Amino acid sequence: MSGHVAPKSMYIGVWLALVVGTILTYLAALVDLGALNNVVMLVIACTKATLVILFFMHVRWSSRLTWVVAASGFFWLLIMFSLTLQDYLTRGWVAGTAAGIITPFTGR
Amino acid sequence: MPESQSSYQPAPVAIHPAPAAEHPPTHPWLQHHFDSMEQQAEASTLGMWVFLCTEILFFGGLFMAYIVYRHASPEGWQEASSELNRFWGTTNTLVLICSSLTMALAVRAAQTSQSARTQVSWLLGTMVFGAAFLGIKAIEYYDKFKHHHVPGPNFHWDGLYPKPAEQFYSLYFAMTGLHALHMIIGLGIMTVIAIMAGRKTFDAEYYTPVEVAGLYWHFVDIVWIFLFPLLYLVGGHFKGA
Repeated sequence: MSGHVAPKSMYIGVWLALVVGTILTYLAALVDLGALNNVVMLVIACTKATLVILFFMHVRWSSRLTWVVAASGFFWLLIMFSLTLQDYLTRGWVAGTAAGIITPFTGR
Repeated sequence: MPESQSSYQPAPVAIHPAPAAEHPPTHPWLQHHFDSMEQQAEASTLGMWVFLCTEILFFGGLFMAYIVYRHASPEGWQEASSELNRFWGTTNTLVLICSSLTMALAVRAAQTSQSARTQVSWLLGTMVFGAAFLGIKAIEYYDKFKHHHVPGPNFHWDGLYPKPAEQFYSLYFAMTGLHALHMIIGLGIMTVIAIMAGRKTFDAEYYTPVEVAGLYWHFVDIVWIFLFPLLYLVGGHFKGA
């Protein structure tokens, strides 16, 4: 068997990065940055997920086929998000079509 | 029967032929439809990734619902999220990250042919962190039941946005519940893998079950990496209305 054996120090380094990311995202959420709050939390979450996939899940040392399959899962997720939002975010844009089925909730 | 070998050569039995020359002595865990341990490991890993793709879209549907309903009432969701316990949420994130580290080290211990005792220790460590996560989740769920924040006829909300809050908590229980179910299944898988490791099954030649179970465990960790900020931290700076 010829699996890549990574040094223990690498795993501990990745773990440290994940811990730092968790604390950073917690602290950033306490500050009101407006719309940037979402950007910051998602950038940190995606970075953490990428670290786990590449190093803990060994994708960095896996075959190209594994890369394609792993990436395709997220690709299909993006297709679902974008096509669904194309519907929800554009309702009522065209004259004569019904305004959003989901309307912003503004109070009690 | 050494004397029969020298004097008499029996005809090969058709249903159990002698190993052909191009097949070297095989590993006991090598299935007959694979050529080599490498090929078998590659097929298993790939199969697990295909399963994980279905899992991405399984959880993805809930994330899609999250996007649509949060977009419909951003302030309502901030208010609802601000009632979640951020201390337990952050603690649980750290607990899961630690469990992923011990899982990665369990795979490494098998990869490097370390003793069954070392392999089982890392696996048990992973299970202890996993159980701690579920314990903390139980504390949080209990708290939500106590404060009537569970969607349904007894749902009660003191804030400005009771209906969006009920939507938020419906998705909160659906998403964290599905995630917790995956954790429970993960603990079952780890039990099997730990027993196999205790029987000295895994070494540098054969560790695919540990590797594949690790892929599952890390995936469940990744789901939580997204659930944590999206559920717990959205209301982090909510001032109240």
